[in-house]
Amino acid sequence: MKYIDEFRDPKLARRLIAHIKRRATEPMRFMEFCGGHTHAIMRYGLRQLLPANIKMLSGPGCPVCVTSCTDLDRAIALARIPGVILTTFGDMLRVPGSDGTLSGAKAEGADVRMVYSTLDAVQCARDNPDRPVIFLGIGFETTAPTVAASILQAERAGIHNYYVFSLHKLTPPAMRAILDGGEVALSGILGPGHVTTIIGSQAWAFLPEEYGMPCAVAGFESLDILRAVAMLTDMLVEGRPAVANAYPRCVSREGNPNAQEMMYRVFQATPADWRGIGTLPESGLGLREEFDHRDAALVFPIEIGPSHEPKGCRCGDVLRGALSPTECPLFANRCTPTSPLGPCMVSSEGACAAYFTYREYKDDH
Amino acid sequence: MCLAIPTLITSISEDQVAKIEIGGIERAISLIFTPEARVGDYALIHSGYAIGILAPEEAEETLRLLREMEEAAEAEEAAAEAEYADALARVEHSDLPKVGNETA
Repeated sequence: MKYIDEFRDPKLARRLIAHIKRRATEPMRFMEFCGGHTHAIMRYGLRQLLPANIKMLSGPGCPVCVTSCTDLDRAIALARIPGVILTTFGDMLRVPGSDGTLSGAKAEGADVRMVYSTLDAVQCARDNPDRPVIFLGIGFETTAPTVAASILQAERAGIHNYYVFSLHKLTPPAMRAILDGGEVALSGILGPGHVTTIIGSQAWAFLPEEYGMPCAVAGFESLDILRAVAMLTDMLVEGRPAVANAYPRCVSREGNPNAQEMMYRVFQATPADWRGIGTLPESGLGLREEFDHRDAALVFPIEIGPSHEPKGCRCGDVLRGALSPTECPLFANRCTPTSPLGPCMVSSEGACAAYFTYREYKDDH
Repeated sequence: MCLAIPTLITSISEDQVAKIEIGGIERAISLIFTPEARVGDYALIHSGYAIGILAPEEAEETLRLLREMEEAAEAEEAAAEAEYADALARVEHSDLPKVGNETA
């Protein structure tokens, strides 16, 4: 497929690896922010191909995984309101809250429907005018504009029964929190390619400017990731941290202005609760006041009991890069993709799911 | 969740809706974030919306840089091999006593 196959050329990949091996003379620890990168790195065997002194750490870039247990419990409680149709992306269905999952609620009679797009959620509201249809808004800057667009579409078309429960989160504040925490020593950041398609590479300028940390924004094919690692290595060796763009076919400095405009027309930055990190100011997206009538959190008051994380689950540590999935005592015994205990094993972007899927490949570092 | 796939736009109807084909299935996607999209462009599709249009010249430039790196490295290797062959020939033609397995 165009723009995919040519960025998987093994000959060029070997050359990039040789370049990285030659330049990386000291230990380097890079965090791939994005869960999509964790999966791509495992799928292409890049951890094994990179020299042993380069360590890749998974970050918090999995929206499903960073959703807090309390927020999950609230989503499940919304789904249980009689008459409500809760629409959601498929990834959320099997994530365990304090007491069950959305798919468990569905089995008990709640009307939970998986959608591919917010366009389908709005259509569902149109098709069911007598019932409230709530869309579970999970996702980073890549997804939030599509949810904003759905709200504006519902406004325009006069669809009164469409609501959003917004748990959207912003990526730069989480990156800052991890660096400020100082728990994990890092030498560079592999920037998320599709988040940055929206917010623009300039959004990461604080990394070199305030933290002296190089950042290379990467796409999701093997050459994209290796090129970004080569750029990070070069910046470190040459002592000139900056934001490098290893994904220029999709990412620009400014990002997508239309998507940004629509996202901030509907949402504003609010505090948000991150699993493993805690509450961070200005790190979530809540609906603006003029859309209060679409805000499921205001329209449908719910009460939930005290939330509790799955017992023994270390997803929080995995999300901060403080624990490798395989170091979790539950990994691949009590917690597997078929019966997951924590969100990182459920989501197709979760680090634990990636390590589980590709676990037969020997990993020395 | 941030998965996005480059996909060819095959037609555009009124109201910023485009037709695309993913794995043999035709879908309608929204161009609301990419009003500049044209038929024949590749759009980066994320959950039913085009979130960007791929820049062909940037893709070509990335590949050109990587191929240049490849060619430079190949030339370097060829030069190193020639130098080695040359040195070997000089040793073989010299009067120095030969060292290696054959002396054992």
